Amino acid sequence: MTNTTSLSKNAAPATHAESHFDRKGLVQMILLGLLLLLPVAAYFLGHTYYVNLASRVTIIAMAAVGLNLAIGYGGMVSFGHAAYFGLGGYVAGISAYHAFDMTPFMSWPFSVPGSDSLLVVWLAAVVLCALLALAIGAISLRTTGVYFIMITLAFAQMIYYFANSWPTYGGQDGLPIYIRNTLPLVDSSDALTYFLICFTGLVLAMAITSRLMKSRFGAALTMARLNDVRLATAGVSPYPIRLVAFVISAAITGLAGALYADLNGFVSPSMLSWHFSGELMVIVILGGVGRLYGPLAGAVLFVMMETFLGGITEYWQLFLGLVLLGVVLFAKHGVMGWLAGSERNE
Amino acid sequence: MSVTLLIEQLLNGVQLGTMLFLMASGLTLVFGVMGLINLAHGSFYMVGAYATAAVTASTGSFLIGLAAGMTAAALVGALVELLIIRRLYHRPHLDQVLATFALILIFSEGTRWLFGSSPLWLSPPSWLTGFVTLPGETRYPIYRLMLIGVGVAIAIGLYLLISRTRLGMRIRAGESDREMIGALGVNIAKLYTVVFALGAALAGLAGALVGALQSVQVGMGEPVLILAFVVIVIGGIGSIKGALFGALLVGIVDTLGRVYLPLFFQTFMPPSEATGVGSSLAAMLIYILMAVILAFKPKGLFAAND
Repeated sequence: MTNTTSLSKNAAPATHAESHFDRKGLVQMILLGLLLLLPVAAYFLGHTYYVNLASRVTIIAMAAVGLNLAIGYGGMVSFGHAAYFGLGGYVAGISAYHAFDMTPFMSWPFSVPGSDSLLVVWLAAVVLCALLALAIGAISLRTTGVYFIMITLAFAQMIYYFANSWPTYGGQDGLPIYIRNTLPLVDSSDALTYFLICFTGLVLAMAITSRLMKSRFGAALTMARLNDVRLATAGVSPYPIRLVAFVISAAITGLAGALYADLNGFVSPSMLSWHFSGELMVIVILGGVGRLYGPLAGAVLFVMMETFLGGITEYWQLFLGLVLLGVVLFAKHGVMGWLAGSERNE
Repeated sequence: MSVTLLIEQLLNGVQLGTMLFLMASGLTLVFGVMGLINLAHGSFYMVGAYATAAVTASTGSFLIGLAAGMTAAALVGALVELLIIRRLYHRPHLDQVLATFALILIFSEGTRWLFGSSPLWLSPPSWLTGFVTLPGETRYPIYRLMLIGVGVAIAIGLYLLISRTRLGMRIRAGESDREMIGALGVNIAKLYTVVFALGAALAGLAGALVGALQSVQVGMGEPVLILAFVVIVIGGIGSIKGALFGALLVGIVDTLGRVYLPLFFQTFMPPSEATGVGSSLAAMLIYILMAVILAFKPKGLFAAND
């Protein structure tokens, strides 16, 4: 009974998606093309503000790409991805703080100096976020459903309160990054250069997600979302598959957090707050859950609303709430579903 | 570490616990009966506090304000259930989280629009200010003692409601098999609205009572909401008994941790560092507690159904 219905369901969207292929490809190309070209044009017209705005869109999109891997592809509704975003940010902030002060981060059992190199910061952010996600995921993935949502939220709150009350790195006042961390050969403090770095990061994150989902691993992850009993029957245990996807998802979001801290020259506990976790989920849903370009579309929409609606009224979140409510209740496929046609038939 | 301090902090912990129970019982009832995860529960807490502050200011009577606050929260809850929440019962948890997150944004910004960003003033009535002297020379504020009393009374009331009344029977039936009670002729839609409004009223009561102790401001419901989630996860989602036990546990552990952990670290560390380490650890303590409990009991201590 279940087999036949799901087979016929799977057969339908394949042809459906093909008929939309051109439209979808076009929309995706326009979206990515505009994101690249508009800041370049703004830069040469002298509007650095819009270049930085585009960097912000790009970084938030990247964080949402990470979350989309967990929620959209893996079916793991993480309500705590701000933890990785914030940890990535704090890695950049703390590393720059010690490089600036010339004090070691750790002196025992071995000496770890601070560093103002972006490459070191990125590597540290990815590794530390992956480790944190491994610990949190290992406990959280033992639970399912509402418990998973709440336990990921609670872990993120734990880190939030820790950052809030730990005085060394600014506590609730946050930590400034006086000089943006550097890269060899290029000038990362230039707005356009930094945008291009972020853009490369976003494209890489999307490419990794796409490759991953086309691999055997991706097939297993999809099956773990749709029917984990069937996956287990096929001889693949769902738990490690989910855990690995959760860790990769967190690492992508963490890298975005490190980029974000350097963009703003500031890191504070608000990057770790549950409100940000919620906003990331909102972006994924607004864009279209489980779609490669969904996070990008969602981030563009979100930052546009925040910037332009926020310029008109300080109560812009009221309208964000109304839009979100409308999307959740009436438009399940998000902006990308609306622009590029539905992709998944569930 | 005197006995007086210990008694005082234990009472503070119990007081926090009883207020958390008012929040958590509504959340856990709504989840147990309707299978709905409701982030907007903190908004009812805020609505209750604002309505109480506004009515108390205009009538001058805290009790009338309190009644108005509970009524307002219940009405808003019923309205939200009728308009939005009932479309979410059959949706995945992700949709429920997002729609109720949207409700938080709407309620918070709407309240800021109506009442402005500065906190409202609400203080307990004069006959509830002052201290009582408890055995052991502990002087304790009457108002906080009253909060404990209200919490205990509500807990007993809820127990009687659920175990002794027809409504309670329907709630219990709804928890175990909602199709069946529908087939037996119970108006499920009405039952859901009533349960939701009841939960909202309890949240509104908690908001009003705590609002008089702290301050009435936008976003006041959010930290409490997250604590209430920790409570029901520890207690087992859907279980009132779990909510009561979890609330007291979280209240006491959190309060005592904040007082005694810095003192404990001072025994072997310089005071300035000890305060930092102690308070950071104290802030994380209940989450660590939750992680430990879930690591051993993934469904919480008193897992209700399934």
